[in-house]
Amino acid sequence: MAEIRVQNLRKEFGSFIAVQDSNFVVEDGEFFVMLGPSGCGKTTTLRMIAGLELPTGGQILLDGEDVTMLRARERDIAFVFQLFALYPHMNVRKNIGFPLLAQGMPKAEIRQRVEETAKLLRIDHLLDRPVSGLAGGDRQRVALGRAIVRRPKCFLMDEPLGTLDSEFRDVMVHELRELHNRIRATTVYVTHDQLEAMSMADKIAVMNQGFIEQFGTPKEIYDRPASMFVADFIGSPPMNFLKFESGLRRGTKEIVVQGATVSVPEICEDFSSAEFALGVRPEHIRFDDASKLRGAIYGTEYLGTTQIVAVETAGGMVKARVPAEIQLRTGEPVGLAFNAVRVSLFERQSGRAVRTGLHEGAAHG
Amino acid sequence: MSAAAHSVVEPSTTSKRVAATLVIVYAVVSMIPLFWIFATSFKTPPDSIAYPPKVVFTPSIEGYCNLFTTRTRQTAEYINSLPPATSFCDETTRKRNMVIAGPSNFLPRFLNSIVIAFGSTFLAVFLGTLAAYGFSRFKVPLADDLLFFILSTRFMPPIAVAIPIYLMYREIGLSDTALGMILLYTAVNVSLAVWLLKGFIDEIPREYEEAAMIDGYTRLQAFWRVVLPQATTGIAATAIFCLIFAWNEYAFAALLTSGTAQTAPPFIPTIIGEGGQDWPAVAAGTTIFLVPILVFTILLRKQLLRGITFGAVRK
Repeated sequence: MAEIRVQNLRKEFGSFIAVQDSNFVVEDGEFFVMLGPSGCGKTTTLRMIAGLELPTGGQILLDGEDVTMLRARERDIAFVFQLFALYPHMNVRKNIGFPLLAQGMPKAEIRQRVEETAKLLRIDHLLDRPVSGLAGGDRQRVALGRAIVRRPKCFLMDEPLGTLDSEFRDVMVHELRELHNRIRATTVYVTHDQLEAMSMADKIAVMNQGFIEQFGTPKEIYDRPASMFVADFIGSPPMNFLKFESGLRRGTKEIVVQGATVSVPEICEDFSSAEFALGVRPEHIRFDDASKLRGAIYGTEYLGTTQIVAVETAGGMVKARVPAEIQLRTGEPVGLAFNAVRVSLFERQSGRAVRTGLHEGAAHG
Repeated sequence: MSAAAHSVVEPSTTSKRVAATLVIVYAVVSMIPLFWIFATSFKTPPDSIAYPPKVVFTPSIEGYCNLFTTRTRQTAEYINSLPPATSFCDETTRKRNMVIAGPSNFLPRFLNSIVIAFGSTFLAVFLGTLAAYGFSRFKVPLADDLLFFILSTRFMPPIAVAIPIYLMYREIGLSDTALGMILLYTAVNVSLAVWLLKGFIDEIPREYEEAAMIDGYTRLQAFWRVVLPQATTGIAATAIFCLIFAWNEYAFAALLTSGTAQTAPPFIPTIIGEGGQDWPAVAAGTTIFLVPILVFTILLRKQLLRGITFGAVRK
């Protein structure tokens, strides 16, 4: 098992820059997720780590060894493709044993290793079946089997659950994480699904347009988003943004939004007058009639234990997650109050988070 | 039945019947010449030129006897002085006041056809597969222009270059050689092979090779173990097209071969000159000539069908 170190990694396709000077470290045994919308460069980054694309610049170190320009087969990594890429002309056993065959391993040993692996993934009853007839989940397990049978330095997975239906996806998310806990292999996992990322990852890199917007644990990324993009991309419904214009002074703990004074974590940098956004997650909003920040109920979405309430304010729609018991009528005026310590501030031009008490002692990207 | 019950997916019974009738009529029309050749090959020479044409006749293998032998005309006295005939062919020949002088050139010409047609097919498909893989997977500079150039060799009928090729072949000593014919047919077929196979290989997702290369194989190994097995359908279809061309080609064969490397197509018509209008022998030669392509096509008919309809339906 190994540590993956990516330094100033860059990839250009003609004039299009797919990945811009990426830097991150995946520690030994870590489950690392690259998360972002399609076209953000996450798959390209993964393919460069795998050796399927050569970078335009930068370095990839695998366990300290520079593998940037090595061929895929010389890197000792395993890759799980989005569409599994199971060899259609081979049965399950041959598919799983294929990487071992390349190493010139004796037949008997291949057989034994394949059977061990199949048992681990509970597909030993399928070994002699052709891969074409398998259900989605079983194909997924065969693809995983082919990856782990070789005991490589690390696993790279490119949206491996993307084609499964949602019910099955939850099962596989659980299985994948369990498998990781058992074999503790360094894993780089690419997805555009925030739920997958949040539920599996030790660390997440949120990517956008070739940039890594934020690198951190799921909790850091959710609680202390480094940019408006991250705040908006993570969470369902996403973080609410309330626009305001003012200057910010170090040490203040209050700002004025839509004529209402709102408490925020202590601001740690000075700004001259600019456009800002106050970011607040739906679950950090309360209804408080005393609040000066007013709105009218637009609609509700009942979710069982909670409900998502859309409130129309002077500055746009705000979504709040409140207990399901609260009775609300459409059009009813309400006051909005925020959980001050969980509020984020962003400078709108760059989208960057304003440094506040929220970030005190926290790593951010 | 009301119009509302009419299915838009399933053709109606009437249209099915019309379609079936058309197919049957077309098949019968196409097969009459083949059937006529086949029947003629089992006629005696007088039956074959009878008027009105005989549909019902007593079958004879005289045509096949004549195809494989050369005969000389002899006097009745000489024939009577010979020991009794040892075979059916011997006997029939003597009835026509002839004796068998030796084997004809049909067998060597037929073997030439097999060597040249299969040899050039193999080469065209081999080169075509590698070139198609290259065009499909790598960034070849000016790839589109190169592919257009390859295709452009088919813009004119190959026979248009017959004279230059004839002169060149004579100069470098490839006239009337099997190698010369193999190279020529390969050159004609390779463009078809590249284009057909590129289509097939484009359809095979790259992930398979990438998976194999990550699994520890070189690109060539990945090509051999993962791409080729999945391209068999395309390769088989391409091989049939190439084989049919090389097997049936007449013009170049007639121009460039006359002796040792002569193929069956230019040879078969020459049979007619040997001892009168021997239509049964010509028909027998044609019938035997059809067999290899028939067997090959039947063996690969599934791939051929997929090859023809390839790309019509996207999965």
